[in-house]
Amino acid sequence: MKLVVVSAGLSVPSSTRLLADRLAAAVGRQAPVEVEVVELRDLAVEIAHNFTNGFPGRRLAAALEAVTGADGVIAVTPVFTASYSGLFKSFFDVLDKDALAGKPVLIAATGGTARHSLVLEHALRPMFAYLRAVVVPTGVYAASEDWGAEGLEGRVEQAAGELAGLMQGLSGTGRREPEALPVVPFAEQLARLAAS
Amino acid sequence: MQFGIFTVGDVTPDPTTGRTPSERERIKAMVAIALKAEEVGLDVFATGEHHNPPFVPSSPTTMLGYVAARTEKLILSTSTTLITTNDPVKIAEDFAMLQHLADGRVDLMMGRGNTGPVYPWFGQDIREGINLAIENYALLRRLWREDVVDWEGKFRTPLQGFTSTPRPMDDVPPFVWHGSIRSPEIAEQAAYYGDGFFHNNIFWPADHTKRMVEFYRKRFAHYGHGTPEQAIVGLGGQVFMRKNSQDAVREFRPYFDNAPVYGHGPSLEDFTEQTPLTVGSPQQVIEKTLGFREYAGDYQRQLFLMDHAGLPLKTVLEQLDMLGEEVVPVLRKEFAKGRPADVPEAPTHASLLVAAAEEKAAEKASEKASDKKEVGA
Repeated sequence: MKLVVVSAGLSVPSSTRLLADRLAAAVGRQAPVEVEVVELRDLAVEIAHNFTNGFPGRRLAAALEAVTGADGVIAVTPVFTASYSGLFKSFFDVLDKDALAGKPVLIAATGGTARHSLVLEHALRPMFAYLRAVVVPTGVYAASEDWGAEGLEGRVEQAAGELAGLMQGLSGTGRREPEALPVVPFAEQLARLAAS
Repeated sequence: MQFGIFTVGDVTPDPTTGRTPSERERIKAMVAIALKAEEVGLDVFATGEHHNPPFVPSSPTTMLGYVAARTEKLILSTSTTLITTNDPVKIAEDFAMLQHLADGRVDLMMGRGNTGPVYPWFGQDIREGINLAIENYALLRRLWREDVVDWEGKFRTPLQGFTSTPRPMDDVPPFVWHGSIRSPEIAEQAAYYGDGFFHNNIFWPADHTKRMVEFYRKRFAHYGHGTPEQAIVGLGGQVFMRKNSQDAVREFRPYFDNAPVYGHGPSLEDFTEQTPLTVGSPQQVIEKTLGFREYAGDYQRQLFLMDHAGLPLKTVLEQLDMLGEEVVPVLRKEFAKGRPADVPEAPTHASLLVAAAEEKAAEKASEKASDKKEVGA
């Protein structure tokens, strides 16, 4: 199965990426997965250009395709100004609105303080609900103070187990072929006009 | 295969000088560009239609009529004529009139227009765009093909015993292209009628154009107009050339960087790599344009956008010289190679006239045959 990790951390190394890697490794212990990491930092310029051009550059296109074809996704963002980072949101803005439909997604976030932890429930979960993803019940938030403290490891394992389970249960939600352009026979178009 | 140019008719400041041409200057420049197109041996000049600043061409048949009087061979067309917000009766009249004045050197391209606010100015609603295009065009076809029309529809006052005048020249309506970037409904419409389909092919990666053209070709065959390969396809393209490709890039960059469409966004390099835009030597333009055939098949009409983003007239005329002298002659030769004999050329007034005469003769022949049979019986 293919697990795609989307990390919106900005520094190198970043705690966001660190959390993402720990989550991916934990999933890997519970299910046979092939992991691909999408670092949004490297795609920042192409994401911005997708807004102005109307189409993705080559590397962004590959990342979007990876997410679309994944059996499961781990999405991790730093908390910026009381929400996910703009870059994180922008990536999902340029992703096809149906790409995550029915797909298991584990949400996670990092922040400087535990006071932001509900960002998972107030910002990430609704966004993925809109995209019709199946978000695992446990989200993982890691504040600076959580690193090395008790509890984080347990939440990582818990969330990873949920994702591994869903991925195995829901496998087959993965890659869909790009849809052919819909044919509405012309006679039908004309008839609709006549009827109205 | 036909080669030509299409213009949007934008009034854009020249970013290198900060100077904005007046509307009059821009209109005259468009005419000068059209005349140049004929001079350098191009086949087609097409003007856009817009009803909001910073664009000037709100009245295409006025401009094309003027160009018609000053040219001999050039086919006059549009890119596009708004089938949504124009009254189809007025389109029927205007283009029949133009046809007579231009001795048949006229075709036109239907388009919906993508500027929301324009629709209500003409009493319409952009949400009805597709339906307007379908109903209005169905009426337009009848106005050109039937001398007396009774009609009732959703969007326009009914017509009783209406005759659109003048009648089309030789009773042959102008050939119609349908332009659309991403609406399969419009490709379907073009296929249904056996009309041409034009994809502007700029600002978008090639695979997007490919999907739309393939769709149109398949549906063209579905409606019995011929094989998919025989469908009538037109493509846009945009180029800027200098003998030396680095000079082309250097000179065009400020125009690209400040152009209303893609300015302040992508880099020129990204755009030339991923879309049909070519900025370079005539040879690079030739190579890239020949590549269009790989995803669109053998096609009938290639139009280039040469005059937007504030490029001064002098530069545009130089570009047209290069296009006509160095690029198009090679393209004509190369596109002809390997082109199957049963792939038709773009219809013209002359070819449509012949087709109409043949159809009539065939009808007569079958009438005679059935008369004979009756006598024989």
